[in-house]
Amino acid sequence: MYAYDEIDRTLINERVTEFRDQVGRRLSGELTEDEFKSLRLMNGVYLQLHAYMLRVAIPYGTLSSEQMRRLAHVARRYDRGYGHFTTRQNIQYNWIKLAELPDALADLAEVGIHAMQTSGNCTRNITADHWAGVAPGEIEDPRIWAELLRQYSTLHPEFSFLPRKFKFAITASDHDRAAIKVHDIGLRLHKNAQGETGFEVLVGGGLGRTPFIGKTIKPFVPGRDLLSYVEAILRVYNQYGRRDNIYKARIKILVHELGIEKFAQEVESEWLQMRDSALALDDAVVEEIRSRFTYPAYEKLPAMPDELKKAAHDPDFEAWRRNSVATHKVPGYAVVTISLKPVGGPPGDATAEQMEAVAALADKYSFGEIRVGHEQNLALPHVAKRDLPVLWRALDKNGLATPNVNLVTDIIACPGLDYCSLANARSIPIAQELTRRFANHDTANLIGRLHVNISGCINACGHHHVGHIGILGVEKNGEEFYQITIGGRADENATVGTLIGPSVPYGEVADVVEDIVEAYLALRARPDELFIDTVKRLGVEPFRERVYATR
Amino acid sequence: MPLVKSGKISGDAFVHIADDAPIPGDGAIMIPAARFLDDAELLSRRNAPTGVIWPNNRAIEDLVPYLDRLAAVALVFPSFRDGRAYSQARLLRERHGFRGELRATGQVLRDQFVFMLRAGFDAFEVKKESDAEAFATAAKRYSVFYQPTGDGRVTALHRRMQLRHSESAEQ
Repeated sequence: MYAYDEIDRTLINERVTEFRDQVGRRLSGELTEDEFKSLRLMNGVYLQLHAYMLRVAIPYGTLSSEQMRRLAHVARRYDRGYGHFTTRQNIQYNWIKLAELPDALADLAEVGIHAMQTSGNCTRNITADHWAGVAPGEIEDPRIWAELLRQYSTLHPEFSFLPRKFKFAITASDHDRAAIKVHDIGLRLHKNAQGETGFEVLVGGGLGRTPFIGKTIKPFVPGRDLLSYVEAILRVYNQYGRRDNIYKARIKILVHELGIEKFAQEVESEWLQMRDSALALDDAVVEEIRSRFTYPAYEKLPAMPDELKKAAHDPDFEAWRRNSVATHKVPGYAVVTISLKPVGGPPGDATAEQMEAVAALADKYSFGEIRVGHEQNLALPHVAKRDLPVLWRALDKNGLATPNVNLVTDIIACPGLDYCSLANARSIPIAQELTRRFANHDTANLIGRLHVNISGCINACGHHHVGHIGILGVEKNGEEFYQITIGGRADENATVGTLIGPSVPYGEVADVVEDIVEAYLALRARPDELFIDTVKRLGVEPFRERVYATR
Repeated sequence: MPLVKSGKISGDAFVHIADDAPIPGDGAIMIPAARFLDDAELLSRRNAPTGVIWPNNRAIEDLVPYLDRLAAVALVFPSFRDGRAYSQARLLRERHGFRGELRATGQVLRDQFVFMLRAGFDAFEVKKESDAEAFATAAKRYSVFYQPTGDGRVTALHRRMQLRHSESAEQ
């Protein structure tokens, strides 16, 4: 865990005071809605279809149990008793009243949580691999750098009014769980030939209307130079990014229009003029941040405790364990993913009671720590293996042990037309219907790893481009239609999916997904050939044939 | 439109000269960039303070040769959502050492004051009277700053290091 000190707390409180003043000026009419819009957005407040929505940051996806309890409190006190975990390590509340927003933020500030820059044309929440610090084989804990970037980007005096939003993601593992290739800046910690640790910097990735996979702008940037290099990128973007057309304003378009080589040259010449500025990070500064991350005092525990051997006879436990429990860097411990994708439920939603249950279980079994992943699930990062059976029973009691992590029903979905004023079509009911179609666990297990991502509009909050199966809602003559892509992925081999054919009406989406899955089961070379690998081997055509043969 | 300078609402010493108006031989003037560049050598050698209004889509480097002869540079925020002038301001102050008046003009609201002060602005043509009056309060809104800029405010990282050193000195 990272412990906020007095300095961090002071800043968050000052931001709450400023926002209270801004809300006050809006309520009194001193600010027009247009003027207020950018101000509220910079503090995570959207005006949605039915109410204001508050998006709260969970930097690099790490929460303490105390913080989780406070998120539950806000859901209960200021909202309708639930919250929605998003694809960028945020939580959203959908029914907040404008006049109560400052109080909700003040309550969150008491436990070091804020909503700064969770929207607006500024640097958004810095996201990271949600298994940071516990994943086996990791170079080092990437959250130290994520926290340095969080501080660096918070209320930045030069880059708070960029052409468009700006997103960072960081990983320190070979397997990318943070989707760094679809971020404006993706950072991968690795070691160079000399054995030094530094960053591969990718730039210009992003989804939305024009999806791009990020390109490597510099293969190795030492930690010392991280902030100055990032500042050089941001400065070039701030000056030359397009401001004439909102759809062409992201850095990916600038990188695409200039070409990565030219863009890299611009950044390099800017960087060379400032790399030795006050932004250079000396070791002591990095160590200071590092020292405020605390780690559990792990015990020496057996890798295969009796409790686990005994529980293995229970098929329900085993079904859950196979999909939800991952290897921890310390033997005897495990990383447990908590599915927020119950059959028939909206993906990523948790009730205040569930949040409190997770907080209590984190205290009991995970050293008080919780993680939030971009797949819209939670995780307990430090669970002793001997506690897995008892933890499973407790999760199950709270509706949190759906054994579907990474399976077809572990769907990523944006709020869609049920909440969002930008949406063209509904996302949540499509997800709910799919979870019912594939509710049989044995069938889902037989299908194996399959990521279905759903967005209710081209803005792609549901990351449909990089779903193994991607579903994009569009509007056609006043009706909801859906474009289906396959073959996308968001990991280290990130790829944008390919459209399989004409869009289909709302009522047929689940049938189409079933057809695609059936085609895969018939086409796969072996039972362990994943859907994504079958699509890669055979291309889109056999799936297209199957889906459109009868349509 | 009130002008805030040295933290207070003050009168504007500079007369704004329109594109086609004659340029007076004396008195402080503020002129558009294109007009200035037409005759930069002569204008920058006037015997009275000269300021230039510089657009946010033109490289600041074009102005650098004349900086030490200019009394003021006004940078433009066509909308407060357009943040290009923040980069221009920092470059003028931190890279090119401009020490004259650096003025923010356009849609300038109280919510930008701290950002602008940190970027090096010291004069503000504020859109609303109430925002100009709130300058002193708004400017003191924050006491913690995460980024090093040319304004010299101590960053959070360095304050922590100082605290750490003073703690270890006490032990």
